[in-house]
Amino acid sequence: MHLLIGTRKGAFILEADKNRRKWATRGPVFLGNIVHHLVQDPRRPNVLLMAAKTGHLGPTVFRSTNFGRTWKEASRPPAFPKAPEGQKGLVVQHVFWLTPGHAGEPKVWYAGTSPQGLFRTEDSGDTWESVAGFHGNPMRSAWTGGDQEGPPDGATLHSILIDPRDPKHMYFGMSAGGFFETSDQGASWKPLNKGCAADFIPTPDPEYGHDPHCVRLHPLNPDRLYMQNHCGIYRMDRSEAQWVRIGKKMPKKIGDIGFPIEIHPRDTETAWVFPMDGTTVWPRTSPGGKPAVYVTRNGGKSWRRQQKGLPAEQGWFTVKRQAMTTDACEPVGVYFGTTGGEVWASRDEGESWRCIVRSLPHIYSVETAQLK
Amino acid sequence: MKIYVPGPLRSYTANRAEVSAQGATLADLLGDLDRQFPGMRFRMINEQDGIREHIKLFVNGELAPDLSTPLSAPDEIHIICALSGG
Repeated sequence: MHLLIGTRKGAFILEADKNRRKWATRGPVFLGNIVHHLVQDPRRPNVLLMAAKTGHLGPTVFRSTNFGRTWKEASRPPAFPKAPEGQKGLVVQHVFWLTPGHAGEPKVWYAGTSPQGLFRTEDSGDTWESVAGFHGNPMRSAWTGGDQEGPPDGATLHSILIDPRDPKHMYFGMSAGGFFETSDQGASWKPLNKGCAADFIPTPDPEYGHDPHCVRLHPLNPDRLYMQNHCGIYRMDRSEAQWVRIGKKMPKKIGDIGFPIEIHPRDTETAWVFPMDGTTVWPRTSPGGKPAVYVTRNGGKSWRRQQKGLPAEQGWFTVKRQAMTTDACEPVGVYFGTTGGEVWASRDEGESWRCIVRSLPHIYSVETAQLK
Repeated sequence: MKIYVPGPLRSYTANRAEVSAQGATLADLLGDLDRQFPGMRFRMINEQDGIREHIKLFVNGELAPDLSTPLSAPDEIHIICALSGG
């Protein structure tokens, strides 16, 4: 079992022993690079893709075919189309999210960027093309909020989800912009936000403009989606085409604001969240300085606090949207990384926690990887 | 023409701090640089042909405003990474 860690100052690879008790740290890889996402290709487990940039240099993608020992840069990284003469064109500020393509398309990957862009490669990450059905969509500017500045680290396109039954059926989320679906592999898109709150928008029940922070599709039931949104925790069963705010069952003093959400690989009713303080000026730290994970075992009908091993007080954790993940072991391991550079692990589905690495740089992403 | 390469870009030039390239404008010169050192241009110049925010290009000590800046031998070009905090 490995953990792939993306940080503000490079990437790290953690390797566990067979019991997931001892962890060895390898790295840093590309020290000084801002690594938003580092992801394994499940179709070819030795392949890793990394979204990187530096404070000075533009964004790029690096690829390794030997599980991180050597790397090669994309010959054409994600970039928006050149604007016609006299018009202002979009510029990719950073690559934010990477998703391996459908199992039946072994060289395809997708990338989400800031500002909101969707890119596709058909050669395992060497050359990237913009998805014209999104970028050329006459609604794109309205969906993304146009030239608004967006959140402090830039508006992002993330949570690129591919239906394992059909490569043409996909979703993505935009912060901000909302959640969108295609059934023709990106040629056309439609908003899928009904039932989701957007209390920062003056229009009641807008069709788009929402702020999904992280969305997960369950591999065993691809019609079940879980979402951690700026305005709460939601679940959708696709046939209902309506988000249900399952976060209303969270304790009132904790609330249902946060960034990551994770699912159990074998149980469609189980999901984990990491609540953060979304009151007043939005501190985005653990409520009351008492970090805890919350789990639902019944699709959001109820939630239970999991804090054993985590600081009982003065623990002001912030966990970003890509920085929480699960493995496929039995029992399932749950992991999260903090902006303070700590990685916490649970070998028992969140019941107890242990800090396995301290003093890394500010963590942006945590993903699991398994070598066969 | 001589080009001075800053540390963050030397992974493209086999760690060389000085390289040579040709061109009648900065755009041409950067095209020649990218042919010699693939990928280097995009890290400095965005997809709309703008010089990235934290990169500055100086020609004989003068800040070049854009890629249309004319060049002729023996001009010297300094690529500067404008430091940002943290």
